[in-house]
Amino acid sequence: MAEFNLDNVDNMYFDVLREIGNIGAGNAATSLAKMLSTKVDMKVPRVELLDFKEVGDAMGGAEQIMAGIYLAVDGDIHGSIMFLLEEKSAHVLVSKLMGGMSMGEHEGFDEMETSALKEIGNIITGAYLNSLSELTKLTIVESIPDLTIDMAGAILSVPAVEFGMVGDKLLMIQTSFTDDVDLNGYFILVPDVPSYGKLLKALGVMQ
Amino acid sequence: MSELIKVGMADLKLCPKDQGITTLGLGSCVGVALVDKITRQGGLAHVMLPDSTAIRNNTNVAKFADTGVAELVRQMEAVGAKRSRMVAKIAGGAQMFAFQNNSALVKVGERNVQAVKAKLREFGIPILAEDTGLNFGRTVEFFPATGDYVIKAVGKPVKTI
Repeated sequence: MAEFNLDNVDNMYFDVLREIGNIGAGNAATSLAKMLSTKVDMKVPRVELLDFKEVGDAMGGAEQIMAGIYLAVDGDIHGSIMFLLEEKSAHVLVSKLMGGMSMGEHEGFDEMETSALKEIGNIITGAYLNSLSELTKLTIVESIPDLTIDMAGAILSVPAVEFGMVGDKLLMIQTSFTDDVDLNGYFILVPDVPSYGKLLKALGVMQ
Repeated sequence: MSELIKVGMADLKLCPKDQGITTLGLGSCVGVALVDKITRQGGLAHVMLPDSTAIRNNTNVAKFADTGVAELVRQMEAVGAKRSRMVAKIAGGAQMFAFQNNSALVKVGERNVQAVKAKLREFGIPILAEDTGLNFGRTVEFFPATGDYVIKAVGKPVKTI
Protein backbone atom coordinates (compact mmCIF):
# COMPACT_ATOMS: atom_id res chain seq x y z
CA MET A 1 0.00 0.00 0.00
CA ALA A 2 1.45 3.33 -1.03
CA GLU A 3 1.84 5.72 1.86
CA PHE A 4 -0.89 8.29 1.96
CA ASN A 5 0.17 11.80 1.12
CA LEU A 6 -2.08 14.82 1.44
CA ASP A 7 -0.01 16.76 -1.07
CA ASN A 8 -1.38 14.70 -3.91
CA VAL A 9 -4.90 13.68 -3.03
CA ASP A 10 -7.26 13.25 -5.93
CA ASN A 11 -10.78 14.44 -6.58
CA MET A 12 -12.36 11.18 -5.61
CA TYR A 13 -10.95 11.42 -2.12
CA PHE A 14 -12.24 14.97 -1.94
CA ASP A 15 -15.72 13.86 -2.93
CA VAL A 16 -15.67 11.16 -0.28
CA LEU A 17 -14.58 13.64 2.33
CA ARG A 18 -17.25 16.10 1.30
CA GLU A 19 -19.80 13.34 1.62
CA ILE A 20 -18.54 12.41 5.08
CA GLY A 21 -18.63 16.07 5.95
CA ASN A 22 -22.15 16.32 4.68
CA ILE A 23 -23.49 13.36 6.58
CA GLY A 24 -21.46 14.13 9.69
CA ALA A 25 -22.49 17.76 9.78
CA GLY A 26 -26.09 16.76 9.07
CA ASN A 27 -26.04 14.51 12.10
CA ALA A 28 -24.43 17.27 14.11
CA ALA A 29 -27.18 19.69 13.06
CA THR A 30 -29.84 17.19 14.13
CA SER A 31 -28.19 16.77 17.52
CA LEU A 32 -27.93 20.53 17.88
CA ALA A 33 -31.59 20.93 17.02
CA LYS A 34 -32.57 18.37 19.66
CA MET A 35 -30.37 19.99 22.25
CA LEU A 36 -31.76 23.46 21.57
CA SER A 37 -35.29 22.29 20.72
CA THR A 38 -35.27 24.44 17.59
CA LYS A 39 -34.95 23.87 13.89
CA VAL A 40 -31.38 23.95 12.63
CA ASP A 41 -30.57 24.03 8.92
CA MET A 42 -27.23 23.27 7.45
CA LYS A 43 -25.52 24.44 4.28
CA VAL A 44 -23.51 22.05 2.12
CA PRO A 45 -20.10 21.88 3.73
CA ARG A 46 -16.98 23.08 1.96
CA VAL A 47 -13.94 20.85 1.99
CA GLU A 48 -10.70 22.72 1.64
CA LEU A 49 -7.11 21.64 1.41
CA LEU A 50 -5.05 24.61 2.52
CA ASP A 51 -1.38 25.44 2.34
CA PHE A 52 -0.09 26.33 5.81
CA LYS A 53 0.52 29.87 4.58
CA GLU A 54 -3.20 30.25 3.80
CA VAL A 55 -4.45 28.70 7.03
CA GLY A 56 -4.57 32.01 8.84
CA ASP A 57 -6.87 33.62 6.29
CA ALA A 58 -9.26 30.69 6.06
CA MET A 59 -11.51 31.64 8.95
CA GLY A 60 -11.82 35.37 8.56
CA GLY A 61 -8.24 36.03 9.54
CA ALA A 62 -5.66 34.50 11.84
CA GLU A 63 -6.65 36.93 14.58
CA GLN A 64 -10.35 36.09 14.48
CA ILE A 65 -11.28 34.92 17.97
CA MET A 66 -12.61 31.39 17.96
CA ALA A 67 -13.64 28.71 20.40
CA GLY A 68 -11.63 25.58 19.65
CA ILE A 69 -12.77 22.23 20.99
CA TYR A 70 -10.22 19.50 20.70
CA LEU A 71 -10.64 15.76 21.26
CA ALA A 72 -8.38 12.80 20.87
CA VAL A 73 -9.69 10.00 18.66
CA ASP A 74 -8.91 6.38 19.40
CA GLY A 75 -10.07 2.88 18.55
CA ASP A 76 -9.50 1.55 15.02
CA ILE A 77 -8.12 4.90 13.94
CA HIS A 78 -5.91 7.28 15.89
CA GLY A 79 -5.64 11.02 15.75
CA SER A 80 -7.67 14.00 16.81
CA ILE A 81 -10.68 16.02 15.83
CA MET A 82 -11.15 19.73 16.29
CA PHE A 83 -14.31 21.77 16.05
CA LEU A 84 -13.97 25.53 15.75
CA LEU A 85 -16.74 28.00 16.25
CA GLU A 86 -16.65 31.75 15.74
CA GLU A 87 -16.81 33.56 19.06
CA LYS A 88 -20.12 35.17 18.19
CA SER A 89 -21.66 31.84 17.18
CA ALA A 90 -20.33 30.29 20.36
CA HIS A 91 -22.04 32.98 22.44
CA VAL A 92 -25.33 32.46 20.62
CA LEU A 93 -25.24 28.69 21.10
CA VAL A 94 -24.25 28.88 24.74
CA SER A 95 -26.97 31.34 25.64
CA LYS A 96 -29.53 29.19 23.83
CA LEU A 97 -28.35 26.07 25.59
CA MET A 98 -28.48 27.79 28.93
CA GLY A 99 -31.98 29.03 28.25
CA GLY A 100 -31.13 32.71 28.57
CA MET A 101 -29.20 32.15 31.79
CA SER A 102 -26.05 33.43 30.12
CA MET A 103 -25.09 37.03 30.70
CA GLY A 104 -25.49 37.72 26.99
CA GLU A 105 -23.06 40.09 25.32
CA HIS A 106 -19.84 40.16 27.25
CA GLU A 107 -16.17 39.43 26.71
CA GLY A 108 -14.99 35.86 26.99
CA PHE A 109 -16.81 32.97 28.64
CA ASP A 110 -17.34 32.21 32.32
CA GLU A 111 -16.98 28.81 33.89
CA MET A 112 -20.53 27.67 33.26
CA GLU A 113 -20.47 28.91 29.68
CA THR A 114 -17.18 27.15 29.17
CA SER A 115 -18.58 23.82 30.25
CA ALA A 116 -21.67 24.40 28.10
CA LEU A 117 -19.38 25.02 25.15
CA LYS A 118 -17.47 21.83 25.85
CA GLU A 119 -20.77 19.98 25.87
CA ILE A 120 -21.74 21.52 22.55
CA GLY A 121 -18.39 20.51 21.11
CA ASN A 122 -18.82 17.03 22.49
CA ILE A 123 -22.24 16.58 20.92
CA ILE A 124 -21.24 18.00 17.56
CA THR A 125 -17.99 16.09 17.21
CA GLY A 126 -19.70 12.97 18.59
CA ALA A 127 -22.39 13.17 15.91
CA TYR A 128 -19.75 13.69 13.27
CA LEU A 129 -17.62 10.77 14.41
CA ASN A 130 -20.69 8.54 14.71
CA SER A 131 -21.43 9.05 11.02
CA LEU A 132 -17.86 8.32 10.12
CA SER A 133 -17.94 5.20 12.24
CA GLU A 134 -21.17 3.99 10.64
CA LEU A 135 -19.90 4.64 7.13
CA THR A 136 -16.60 2.88 7.67
CA LYS A 137 -17.67 0.23 10.19
CA LEU A 138 -14.63 1.26 12.19
CA THR A 139 -14.71 1.67 15.95
CA ILE A 140 -14.03 5.29 16.84
CA VAL A 141 -13.75 6.41 20.45
CA GLU A 142 -13.40 10.05 21.44
CA SER A 143 -11.78 11.51 24.53
CA ILE A 144 -13.06 14.20 26.90
CA PRO A 145 -13.10 17.57 25.11
CA ASP A 146 -10.65 20.34 25.83
CA LEU A 147 -11.51 23.96 25.08
CA THR A 148 -9.47 27.03 24.21
CA ILE A 149 -10.68 30.47 23.21
CA ASP A 150 -8.03 32.33 21.30
CA MET A 151 -6.93 33.56 17.88
CA ALA A 152 -7.81 31.22 15.01
CA GLY A 153 -4.19 30.99 13.92
CA ALA A 154 -3.00 29.92 17.35
CA ILE A 155 -5.72 27.29 17.75
CA LEU A 156 -5.13 26.00 14.24
CA SER A 157 -1.44 25.61 14.93
CA VAL A 158 -2.36 22.50 16.91
CA PRO A 159 -3.85 20.47 14.03
CA ALA A 160 -1.39 22.16 11.65
CA VAL A 161 1.49 20.69 13.60
CA GLU A 162 -0.12 17.27 13.28
CA PHE A 163 -0.59 17.74 9.54
CA GLY A 164 2.95 19.11 9.42
CA MET A 165 4.29 15.70 10.37
CA VAL A 166 3.04 14.27 7.07
CA GLY A 167 2.83 17.16 4.63
CA ASP A 168 2.45 20.87 4.04
CA LYS A 169 -1.30 21.13 3.84
CA LEU A 170 -4.23 21.13 6.21
CA LEU A 171 -7.59 19.63 5.43
CA MET A 172 -10.64 21.44 6.73
CA ILE A 173 -14.40 21.02 6.45
CA GLN A 174 -16.37 24.20 6.85
CA THR A 175 -19.96 23.83 7.97
CA SER A 176 -22.53 26.56 8.32
CA PHE A 177 -25.53 25.99 10.52
CA THR A 178 -28.48 28.27 10.36
CA ASP A 179 -30.75 28.82 13.27
CA ASP A 180 -32.23 32.30 13.68
CA VAL A 181 -28.70 33.44 12.99
CA ASP A 182 -25.94 31.95 10.89
CA LEU A 183 -23.50 29.87 12.85
CA ASN A 184 -20.13 29.11 11.33
CA GLY A 185 -18.27 26.03 12.41
CA TYR A 186 -15.26 24.17 11.10
CA PHE A 187 -14.29 20.53 11.50
CA ILE A 188 -10.74 19.39 11.27
CA LEU A 189 -10.16 15.67 11.47
CA VAL A 190 -6.55 14.62 11.76
CA PRO A 191 -5.99 10.90 11.51
CA ASP A 192 -2.38 9.75 11.82
CA VAL A 193 -0.76 8.31 8.69
CA PRO A 194 -1.72 4.62 9.14
CA SER A 195 -5.29 5.70 9.97
CA TYR A 196 -5.66 7.56 6.67
CA GLY A 197 -5.06 4.28 4.89
CA LYS A 198 -7.58 2.49 7.09
CA LEU A 199 -10.22 5.17 6.56
CA LEU A 200 -9.82 5.26 2.80
CA LYS A 201 -9.82 1.49 2.57
CA ALA A 202 -12.95 1.25 4.67
CA LEU A 203 -14.61 3.83 2.43
CA GLY A 204 -13.60 1.91 -0.67
CA VAL A 205 -11.51 4.74 -2.09
CA MET A 206 -8.26 2.87 -1.79
CA GLN A 207 -7.53 -0.82 -2.39
CA MET B 1 3.85 53.63 8.35
CA SER B 2 3.68 51.40 5.29
CA GLU B 3 1.89 48.11 5.53
CA LEU B 4 3.61 45.31 7.44
CA ILE B 5 5.18 42.42 5.56
CA LYS B 6 3.19 39.26 6.36
CA VAL B 7 4.75 35.94 7.23
CA GLY B 8 2.44 32.90 7.15
CA MET B 9 2.59 29.67 9.09
CA ALA B 10 5.69 27.64 8.23
CA ASP B 11 7.04 30.61 6.31
CA LEU B 12 9.88 33.13 6.52
CA LYS B 13 10.63 36.53 4.98
CA LEU B 14 13.18 39.32 5.04
CA CYS B 15 12.37 42.84 6.20
CA PRO B 16 14.27 45.98 5.16
CA LYS B 17 15.24 48.34 7.96
CA ASP B 18 12.59 50.96 7.24
CA GLN B 19 9.68 48.52 7.31
CA GLY B 20 7.89 46.22 9.75
CA ILE B 21 7.14 42.51 9.54
CA THR B 22 4.41 40.49 11.23
CA THR B 23 3.06 37.01 11.75
CA LEU B 24 -0.43 36.43 13.13
CA GLY B 25 -1.69 34.00 15.71
CA LEU B 26 1.39 32.09 16.84
CA GLY B 27 0.27 29.12 18.90
CA SER B 28 2.78 26.37 19.57
CA CYS B 29 4.79 27.79 16.67
CA VAL B 30 7.69 30.14 17.33
CA GLY B 31 8.31 33.52 15.70
CA VAL B 32 12.05 34.09 15.35
CA ALA B 33 13.03 37.70 14.62
CA LEU B 34 16.60 38.45 13.55
CA VAL B 35 18.32 41.74 12.84
CA ASP B 36 21.84 42.81 11.84
CA LYS B 37 22.82 45.42 14.46
CA ILE B 38 24.71 47.54 11.93
CA THR B 39 22.78 47.34 8.64
CA ARG B 40 19.41 46.86 10.47
CA GLN B 41 18.45 44.25 7.88
CA GLY B 42 15.75 42.16 9.55
CA GLY B 43 13.88 38.92 9.04
CA LEU B 44 11.18 36.80 10.64
CA ALA B 45 10.54 33.04 10.59
CA HIS B 46 7.36 31.27 11.76
CA VAL B 47 8.48 27.71 12.54
CA MET B 48 6.10 24.96 13.66
CA LEU B 49 8.13 21.80 14.34
CA PRO B 50 11.43 21.41 16.17
CA ASP B 51 13.42 18.95 14.09
CA SER B 52 13.57 18.49 10.30
CA THR B 53 15.53 15.24 10.65
CA ALA B 54 12.69 13.59 12.59
CA ILE B 55 10.33 13.77 9.63
CA ARG B 56 10.60 12.37 6.14
CA ASN B 57 8.54 15.04 4.44
CA ASN B 58 10.81 18.00 5.10
CA THR B 59 10.96 19.93 1.85
CA ASN B 60 9.63 23.16 3.37
CA VAL B 61 12.66 24.41 5.30
CA ALA B 62 10.66 27.20 6.94
CA LYS B 63 8.52 24.64 8.75
CA PHE B 64 11.27 23.50 11.12
CA ALA B 65 13.21 25.27 13.85
CA ASP B 66 16.58 23.94 12.76
CA THR B 67 16.31 24.51 9.00
CA GLY B 68 14.11 27.60 9.36
CA VAL B 69 16.66 29.52 11.44
CA ALA B 70 19.47 28.38 9.12
CA GLU B 71 17.57 29.52 6.02
CA LEU B 72 16.67 32.89 7.52
CA VAL B 73 20.33 33.49 8.42
CA ARG B 74 21.39 32.42 4.92
CA GLN B 75 18.90 34.76 3.22
CA MET B 76 19.95 37.66 5.45
CA GLU B 77 23.61 37.03 4.62
CA ALA B 78 22.71 37.01 0.94
CA VAL B 79 21.58 40.63 1.26
CA GLY B 80 24.68 41.72 3.15
CA ALA B 81 23.92 41.00 6.80
CA LYS B 82 26.67 39.44 8.93
CA ARG B 83 26.03 36.52 11.24
CA SER B 84 28.41 37.92 13.84
CA ARG B 85 26.30 41.10 14.08
CA MET B 86 22.92 39.38 14.28
CA VAL B 87 20.74 39.40 17.38
CA ALA B 88 17.46 37.55 17.96
CA LYS B 89 14.15 37.96 19.74
CA ILE B 90 11.71 35.06 19.98
CA ALA B 91 8.04 34.60 20.90
CA GLY B 92 5.44 31.84 20.86
CA GLY B 93 5.81 28.18 21.78
CA ALA B 94 2.57 28.02 23.75
CA GLN B 95 0.69 24.89 24.76
CA MET B 96 -2.77 25.68 23.40
CA PHE B 97 -4.61 22.73 24.93
CA ALA B 98 -3.96 21.13 28.29
CA PHE B 99 -3.78 17.65 26.84
CA GLN B 100 -2.47 16.62 23.47
CA ASN B 101 -2.67 12.95 22.75
CA ASN B 102 -0.11 12.39 20.05
CA SER B 103 3.12 11.53 21.85
CA ALA B 104 5.25 13.07 19.11
CA LEU B 105 3.52 16.36 19.77
CA VAL B 106 3.62 16.55 23.54
CA LYS B 107 5.02 19.92 24.52
CA VAL B 108 5.75 20.75 20.91
CA GLY B 109 5.71 24.46 21.79
CA GLU B 110 8.36 24.04 24.43
CA ARG B 111 10.44 21.83 22.15
CA ASN B 112 10.15 24.39 19.36
CA VAL B 113 11.55 27.05 21.68
CA GLN B 114 14.42 24.80 22.75
CA ALA B 115 15.23 23.88 19.17
CA VAL B 116 15.27 27.53 18.08
CA LYS B 117 17.56 28.42 20.99
CA ALA B 118 19.91 25.52 20.18
CA LYS B 119 20.19 26.62 16.55
CA LEU B 120 20.78 30.26 17.46
CA ARG B 121 23.46 29.19 19.95
CA GLU B 122 25.12 27.11 17.23
CA PHE B 123 25.28 30.23 15.02
CA GLY B 124 26.50 32.36 17.92
CA ILE B 125 23.45 34.65 17.68
CA PRO B 126 22.46 36.03 21.10
CA ILE B 127 18.79 36.16 22.18
CA LEU B 128 18.05 39.63 23.51
CA ALA B 129 14.51 38.93 24.68
CA GLU B 130 11.79 36.29 24.60
CA ASP B 131 8.10 35.88 25.37
CA THR B 132 7.46 32.16 25.18
CA GLY B 133 5.46 29.31 26.66
CA LEU B 134 2.20 29.51 28.64
CA ASN B 135 -1.14 28.72 27.01
CA PHE B 136 -2.20 31.58 24.74
CA GLY B 137 -1.73 32.69 21.14
CA ARG B 138 0.39 35.64 20.13
CA THR B 139 0.53 38.01 17.17
CA VAL B 140 3.96 39.58 16.71
CA GLU B 141 5.29 42.61 14.86
CA PHE B 142 8.99 43.22 14.39
CA PHE B 143 10.63 46.52 13.48
CA PRO B 144 14.28 46.08 12.50
CA ALA B 145 15.06 49.82 12.73
CA THR B 146 14.45 49.88 16.49
CA GLY B 147 14.57 46.16 17.23
CA ASP B 148 11.13 46.44 18.84
CA TYR B 149 9.26 43.14 18.97
CA VAL B 150 5.60 43.90 19.70
CA ILE B 151 3.48 41.09 21.12
CA LYS B 152 -0.31 41.06 21.15
CA ALA B 153 -2.49 38.45 22.84
CA VAL B 154 -6.24 38.16 23.39
CA GLY B 155 -7.33 39.97 26.55
CA LYS B 156 -3.80 41.05 27.45
CA PRO B 157 -2.07 44.41 27.15
CA VAL B 158 0.26 44.91 24.19
CA LYS B 159 3.84 44.20 25.15
CA THR B 160 7.09 45.30 23.53
CA ILE B 161 10.23 43.30 24.15
